Amino acid sequence: MSNTAGNHYYVPNGTKWPFIGSVGLTTLIVGFINLLNGSENGKYVMIVGALILTYMLFGWFGQVIEESENSTYGAWEDKSFRLGMSWFIFSEVMFFAAFFGALFYARVLSVPWLGGAGDDADTNRMLWEGFQAVWPTNGPGELGGEYEVMAAWGLPALNTLILLTSGVTVTWAHHALKKDNRKHLIIGLALTVALGFLFVFLQAIEYKEAYHTGLTLGSGIYGSTFFMLTGFHGLHVTLGAIMLTVMLVRSMRGHFTSKNHFAFEAAAWYWHFVDVVWLGLFIFVYWL
Amino acid sequence: MNAHVADTHEHHGPEKGLMRWITTTNHKDIGSLYLWFSLIMFLIGGVMALIIRAELFQPGLQFVDPQFFNSMTTMHALIMIFGALMPAFVGLANWMIPMMIGAPDMALPRMNNWSFWILPFAGTLLVATLFVEGGAPASGWTMYPPLVLQTGAAFPMLIFSVHLLGFSSIMGSINIIATIMNLRAPGMTYMKMPLFVWTWFITAYLLIATMPVLAGAVTMLLTDKYFATSFFDAAGGGDPVMFQHIFWFFGHPEVYILILPAFGIVSQIIPTFARKPLFGYSSMVYATASIAFLSFIVWAHHMFTVGMPVAAELFFMMATMLIAVPTGVKVFNWVSTMWRGSMTFETPMLFAIGFVMMFTIGGFSGLMMAMTPIDFQYHDTYFIVAHFHYVLVPGAIFSVMAAVYYWLPKWTGNMYDESLGKFHFWISTIFVNILFFPQHFVGLAGMPRRIPDYSVQFTDFNMISTVGAFGFGLSQLLFVYIIIKTVRGGEKATDQVWEGAEGLEWTLSSPPEYHTFTVQPDVK
Repeated sequence: MSNTAGNHYYVPNGTKWPFIGSVGLTTLIVGFINLLNGSENGKYVMIVGALILTYMLFGWFGQVIEESENSTYGAWEDKSFRLGMSWFIFSEVMFFAAFFGALFYARVLSVPWLGGAGDDADTNRMLWEGFQAVWPTNGPGELGGEYEVMAAWGLPALNTLILLTSGVTVTWAHHALKKDNRKHLIIGLALTVALGFLFVFLQAIEYKEAYHTGLTLGSGIYGSTFFMLTGFHGLHVTLGAIMLTVMLVRSMRGHFTSKNHFAFEAAAWYWHFVDVVWLGLFIFVYWL
Repeated sequence: MNAHVADTHEHHGPEKGLMRWITTTNHKDIGSLYLWFSLIMFLIGGVMALIIRAELFQPGLQFVDPQFFNSMTTMHALIMIFGALMPAFVGLANWMIPMMIGAPDMALPRMNNWSFWILPFAGTLLVATLFVEGGAPASGWTMYPPLVLQTGAAFPMLIFSVHLLGFSSIMGSINIIATIMNLRAPGMTYMKMPLFVWTWFITAYLLIATMPVLAGAVTMLLTDKYFATSFFDAAGGGDPVMFQHIFWFFGHPEVYILILPAFGIVSQIIPTFARKPLFGYSSMVYATASIAFLSFIVWAHHMFTVGMPVAAELFFMMATMLIAVPTGVKVFNWVSTMWRGSMTFETPMLFAIGFVMMFTIGGFSGLMMAMTPIDFQYHDTYFIVAHFHYVLVPGAIFSVMAAVYYWLPKWTGNMYDESLGKFHFWISTIFVNILFFPQHFVGLAGMPRRIPDYSVQFTDFNMISTVGAFGFGLSQLLFVYIIIKTVRGGEKATDQVWEGAEGLEWTLSSPPEYHTFTVQPDVK
């Protein structure tokens, strides 16, 4: 099928989109830098950057979708896309690994050391006398003051159920697509998207509650790891839900065939990836 | 495949003018862009090195204030690593991998354009830190907290330029992996791939596994400074040492990202000029993979003195020394390839042999500091500076120069001036040793790194080192001259260029067509 002699691989002509993407990304970042350095105008620069980036995404993906619908891509190009998406997801896994690493390091090493474990009895006695190493903690300095620990079996458990269900519905949609059942495809995708956004909505409610009870980003290492891990995960869920929304719109417009639907599969892989990350979060951030 | 594909695949030349370079999806154009970018950054980073060496010519403070000196050491490292060396290797990968495996282009040509076109923006952001309030980052390229958190307005610029550079590297690596896995010509099995392709294949995995970890680490720095998190603050239950662990989990594989493609280049060049096939091809592949694997489990040897359990010190010491085994296999194979070969010593071969000799010096000093108790004396001294400059300058940078001399006739169709090339090699080699060898001695005697002043007993060796630095720096102007002269004209190169050269890239014309291998060759 793929690289037999005489086959042509599609090499596109020049494109303006990546350069526009770089301009947009840099504008967004320069705006954020200005904001962080205390200039309120940074906000507006950020908005301009975000608009340029959105324009680029519509333009670039629009072009690729058009090419895909015109059957520009065959099985050979398709394999490159699959490799690209899989290794991109792998790089995302490694990004989360850094934050999980920080969580494990704090729970297994730095917090017990501050409490005097190992050879560090003096650290505890001289610097942080009376500090008991328990998890969760906002540290011996009790940064951020009083807070309540997030319970695993309320909203988080419900959210686990929601994400796992959405994994089932997206698979249902995929099977329907493979059998050319457009109606079930659309219903399955719509359910998945709805569950995805419901998850994000419930996360937002949970964050509001957390801040209400005193748990903030500033609540020591517990607050830091909790919000950074769930926050980046929530961002990825939002991104995945947007990807699936695009797939839903495309399905309704009659895109994809039972044989040719890489974009759908890429979005579904991404969805399963955020699902798996959530399971890790549920176990190590909320439960244990 | 259907007929439509043939229509869209019309043969066409490049667009005209500036838009050609901005919009290009062609691996050769993008390779050239990477290489030119790298050369510019190499010169900027080089000027910073000369400022450092000028200040260190004699004890006391002469030219710059200590804060600016620290900015120079920090920026020199960041620019040379992320701006000069990595883009140079990616540029070579772009040019050579498709031509070596018989591919029509890179697998994802539009994304390839983006991987490059993020770099000038990220590089500008990084260099611009020199001109903002509080000055450029001065905490060392390793960005250890809490010191790095004292950076002024440059701080978020530093963080986001690292993000952008990482984003570019990840996209570049994904492209290289997809190209190698999907676009090899029929018959080009994995174990027939040229070694440069193999080493890049493995390097790309190191990049996609570690650049996101660096992104995570610097993100935590950003939130620690601006959003009240306490990842690296003991009062909140975090630990500054945790940053060092996360950073070096990226940082050590990064070291091999800078050297594995160099191994690949040398493994291409030595067989050509020894007129013998590479000795121990498969052992080279396995050795590269072993080095890559080991690179993930040795990171804490960069932090023996910060404090960690004795069991951890022992583990990281032993694992580090294990790396000498596959590296030794490589050096042995290069030497064995030359053994009884009919050798000639054109410029690329000179640089390759220089690489083998001087990289090995850096490798041996690395073995010394792998030993925990001994490293306690070396840590943060000029001995470390001497060590990593031996592996990176007459190591990695020499390999890039070797590659440029080796493939420039293929890229441009013109031969470079051989006697100028040889002259460039000899002055570079002499000055680089005058520059870095004395640093071993001052380091062992206790001269600390990253400090603009020093005790008078170190003066003689520092003066010698500075003379070497200016000599080496000026020698590189000759390199720039040779490149520009060759691009503009010269004696025409044949297709094979070198008598002993073998591989698909030498079957193409010099210079190659804009699109090559649109019909893939059959590899026997």
